[in-house]
Amino acid sequence: MSNPASGCGAPDQGRDLDGVDVSRETVVQGTVTAAGKPAGGAYVRLLDSSGEFTAEVVASQEGRFRFFARPGTWTVRALAPGASGEAQVTAAAGKANDVSLTLS
Amino acid sequence: MSRADVLVDTQWAAAHLDDASVVFVEVDEDTSAYEKGHIPGAVRVDWKTELQDPIRRDYVDKAGFERLLSEKGIGNDDTVILYGGNNNWFAAYAYWYFKIYGHEKVKLLDGGRKKWELESREMVAEVKARPKAAYRAKEPRTDIRALRDEVVAAIGAKNLIDVRSPDEYAGRLLAPAHLPQEQAQRAGHVPTAKNIPWSKAANEDGTFKSDEELRKLYSDAGVDLGRDTIAYCRIGERSAHTWFALHELLGLDSVKNYDGSWTEYGSLVGVPIEKEA
Repeated sequence: MSNPASGCGAPDQGRDLDGVDVSRETVVQGTVTAAGKPAGGAYVRLLDSSGEFTAEVVASQEGRFRFFARPGTWTVRALAPGASGEAQVTAAAGKANDVSLTLS
Repeated sequence: MSRADVLVDTQWAAAHLDDASVVFVEVDEDTSAYEKGHIPGAVRVDWKTELQDPIRRDYVDKAGFERLLSEKGIGNDDTVILYGGNNNWFAAYAYWYFKIYGHEKVKLLDGGRKKWELESREMVAEVKARPKAAYRAKEPRTDIRALRDEVVAAIGAKNLIDVRSPDEYAGRLLAPAHLPQEQAQRAGHVPTAKNIPWSKAANEDGTFKSDEELRKLYSDAGVDLGRDTIAYCRIGERSAHTWFALHELLGLDSVKNYDGSWTEYGSLVGVPIEKEA
């Protein structure tokens, strides 16, 4: 993000962490599945410990998503046509914290 | 002004896909979603490459806006229905921008791309070309845009609403949590600004809350709805969403969007900054 005037939109969620200094970030990432298959295109929201909305991304074709949060407890909630799901994750700084979600 | 003047629901949109006087416009920063699928007949506007000046940090000028709309086949009399991802952030920014250049018939699709998708409505990859138009813009309005000096002067004098997430407001994050955090500017918020995240104005499906809920939201947070208001975020699109809620839905007279927002304010030398709540 060298150009701060470039946007605030969520980038493609399928990309890897190349170029991101993970030691400075608190990454919360994972996969959304439905009936054992990746739920590409699901809307994934990051909610803070009080349930307040913090960010939302669209899962990649492989069902992947990623947030750059801060240490603490988060809820990840996913929405798809006629289905939803959520999971909690306790994130630590300087690493990728993995969390998986199932839609039902 | 009523809701129907500024918003359409997905049902209305589905019934007007073939209406020749209606142009659907998908606005996003990342337009790859449009390529995979969009509302049938919708044209695409790229927030970054088409609505922003390519050199200076500013939105495109009047001639640029005329050129853009003419090329997209949008005429002055067309009803433009804007929608996009990210809960309509970029579409709300584009709406604000259409208003700056005086377009009369422009509305947002309530819920945007998300609601359309969650309802499993038709999406197509096919891009329909529209014949070019000859668009004429008006001189840019200045009553709905705040520049930095006005924001500094508004500290303690006008309502300032910081619509970023609580963590960005408090200075614990510098960008929304879907972006890497390392940035040049200082973290925090404009002193006296109230933190009312844009997301509180929206339901989970991306639609706007009712007028009653919106009025309560801002009043309960200590915003005097009778005073002049400036909304800001990081780069001005999330605050365009809040500007829309206050100015277009609640019909408040004096509401400005500070599109310089935190990436400008947090880089200014010598201005006051507050951290934490």
